[in-house]
Amino acid sequence: MSNSVGELIAGMPPLLASHLALVLVALAVACALGLPLAVALAGRPRLASPVLTVAGAIQTVPGLALLALMVPVLAATGGLGVGLSSFGFAPAAIALTLYALLPILRNAITGLRGVDAATVEAARGMGMSRGQLLWRVELPLAAPVIAAGIRTASVWTVGAATLATPIGQPCLGNYIFAGLQTRNWTMLLGGVIAAAALALILDAILAATERAVSRRPRGVLAAPVAVFGVLVVVVFGVLPRISAPDGPRVSPVAQAPKTPGTPGRSAAPGTQPGAASPVAPVAPVAPIGRVKVGAKTFTEQYVLAELLRARLEARGLEVDVVESLGSNVVFEALRHGDLDAYVDYSGTLWTNQLARDRGAPRWQILSEVEGYVAREHVRSLGPLGFQNAYALAVRRDTATKLGLHALGDLAPHAGRLSLGADYEFLSRREWTAVRTSYGLGFQRTASFDPALLYEAASRGEVDVISAFSSDGRIAAYNLVVLDDPAAALPSYDAMILLGPRVSDDPRVLCALGPLRGALPVELMRRANLMVDHDHASAKAAAAWLLGQAAITETCQAP
Amino acid sequence: MIELADVSKRYGMDGRWAVEHANLTVAEGELVALLGESGSGKTTLLKMINRLIDPDAGTVRVAGRDVRGEDPVALRRTIGYVIQQVGLLPHLSVADNVAMVPRLLGWARGDIDRRVDELLALVGLSPGEYRTRFPDQLSGGQRQRVGVARALAARPKVLLLDEPFGALDPITRVGLQGELARIHRELALTTILVTHDMAEALSLADRVVVMCAGEIRQIATPRALVTAPADAYVRKLVDVVRTQIAQLHALADGAGAARGEASEGARDLEAARGESPGATGDVE
Repeated sequence: MSNSVGELIAGMPPLLASHLALVLVALAVACALGLPLAVALAGRPRLASPVLTVAGAIQTVPGLALLALMVPVLAATGGLGVGLSSFGFAPAAIALTLYALLPILRNAITGLRGVDAATVEAARGMGMSRGQLLWRVELPLAAPVIAAGIRTASVWTVGAATLATPIGQPCLGNYIFAGLQTRNWTMLLGGVIAAAALALILDAILAATERAVSRRPRGVLAAPVAVFGVLVVVVFGVLPRISAPDGPRVSPVAQAPKTPGTPGRSAAPGTQPGAASPVAPVAPVAPIGRVKVGAKTFTEQYVLAELLRARLEARGLEVDVVESLGSNVVFEALRHGDLDAYVDYSGTLWTNQLARDRGAPRWQILSEVEGYVAREHVRSLGPLGFQNAYALAVRRDTATKLGLHALGDLAPHAGRLSLGADYEFLSRREWTAVRTSYGLGFQRTASFDPALLYEAASRGEVDVISAFSSDGRIAAYNLVVLDDPAAALPSYDAMILLGPRVSDDPRVLCALGPLRGALPVELMRRANLMVDHDHASAKAAAAWLLGQAAITETCQAP
Repeated sequence: MIELADVSKRYGMDGRWAVEHANLTVAEGELVALLGESGSGKTTLLKMINRLIDPDAGTVRVAGRDVRGEDPVALRRTIGYVIQQVGLLPHLSVADNVAMVPRLLGWARGDIDRRVDELLALVGLSPGEYRTRFPDQLSGGQRQRVGVARALAARPKVLLLDEPFGALDPITRVGLQGELARIHRELALTTILVTHDMAEALSLADRVVVMCAGEIRQIATPRALVTAPADAYVRKLVDVVRTQIAQLHALADGAGAARGEASEGARDLEAARGESPGATGDVE
């Protein structure tokens, strides 16, 4: 049931292709901008130094932040005024272009300035025009330094491109993010090794090009253009054809053996008599093309995305899963039609989109969130039946020793205890609410990747952790969740959201509508644990979940 | 052939004059040396002829035409130009370096190939052996021979040389000086040679132009310069050469007395420099 190395490699060509496409576009644009800019700036030190300072400042922005920053920038500027999507390829390519600009610009300026002054004077005295001087003397003589800059940029870009996954651009980073979240070290290493190999190969190709050019100076332009052309053909022509015939497997988590979807009760033939069908019966409908299903960066989301995929494919729809998306990116992508469906949580929307800083009764949160998404032209299919709420958990022996049952019991001990939390929790309103409601002041707080939190608690590296109530590892690591009598933490009902493109499509509604209320938290925990602990694939866990869930079909079987 | 009329140039608005009210006429077929120390304005004067530098005042005429009316790029292709550092393109072969200006002018390939061979032979490099070499496979003297061949490729009538032999060892230098005189005569060139070497100027030039601090101090034939220096500065320059020759004779005459007399000669030179700081310079 685990993802073998063979399956990993079989699923790689499309991810490799989109990774390489991203890198090539970013490098080509950075060269197209950086080299003419360098030529213009080389003779103007007063202009060059502020431009280099700006490029250097961009370089110091961490890659993940720069990529994430492009999403709101593109959204706010209407895609830079030309309607570029604020999701996926465009923001990733722009961020990587900015990243690649500095080494290209700096080396080109250094190279052009370093051209021997006597050679330039002789060439001018010989009667070369400004353009001839540039093409026949300055560029060929600066070529080794310029080429070194492009090589540096290419290695950086291949590495930084792995961070494009959370903004919706499939790439080798999918293996790294998914591998980390589901603790699948084979997958993680696969992504890392593939990216490193790609960087080395690209560098070797550029080095060979550079050597060829230095021997045949007239090929200064022709050789790099030829190499670039060959790579483009490989990326857009060859690699996609190697991919599996059942459509692009955007999600590496999906690389499970093709278990015949154990449909269980979900495929029960015939309609349910008397069930009030919320949707029209299946009729010939306009084609909607491929349905894009999103997943955030944690195990449960991978499993649910595969579950949605299985349900949609059973209705004859073609599905792409775009996974490991940032929590704030995903709702915006759905609203703008870049995504068609994903599972979100009422409490997440309550705090992030509605900006509420206190909890409220579960029914109130649900109804206000549903009202909100409807105003944004997003359709909610109602709660799935389980919550994945923030909770604070402690080791069972600590709870027993200190007599901890509710969050309030922590207050007298907190000064001697440490809190481990995922990256967002400490900056979220929920944490402020818990802290003020129960008067908690911990001795120390630390951020962890959520995949490592439970283990950190069970090993005693931290005493209290932020946990998720549907996570199977709470029980598996022998932790206990502390009660929240003051309801400081909002409820987090999982709910399927549909984007405007598919929200009225009867096949989508038939496939996903019946999931309402069908997933109790015990089932979700066990499915999560299958992936996190037993290293099952997300697809396998989704298949198991579909087999166990009590799904009442509302439409005729396809 | 070349006429400079009341030409002045200064760098920056309030800088001192690099060249001040210079007047010089060079006849067709003449070889004129511009002699002076670094900073005397001789290189500035030279570069105003092919418009690498434009004067602030005055007129420069080449073949009767005011160079300000000419396109600088087109003008330079009709004037040969050689500099001390040569400035060959390191990524091109000897043949490609020599062929540069004919290529810019769009000559036919066969004409270019013939011309390259002709020029390499003219400067004393066997075409078969040197065509395909690269600049870093040549000695300093060979490199400057290629520099001269390159400057002459498009059959210019005027040749400008900016201290072309300054970086060469003495034996190579004298050899190349002889070759330059021969080429100048064979091709009936009008040649202007910038140098700080009095001996070079005296042995090569039809006339010598002595410059100091942006001014032309004297224009004369080598003989007139030695016999009738126009002022104290020119006289001192001539005396330096005289002293060197005297030292040489002293050394040849008697081994015992040579050392003492030689150091006496050196002291005379020191004294001459001390009197007039403007006259100091590394005379070779």
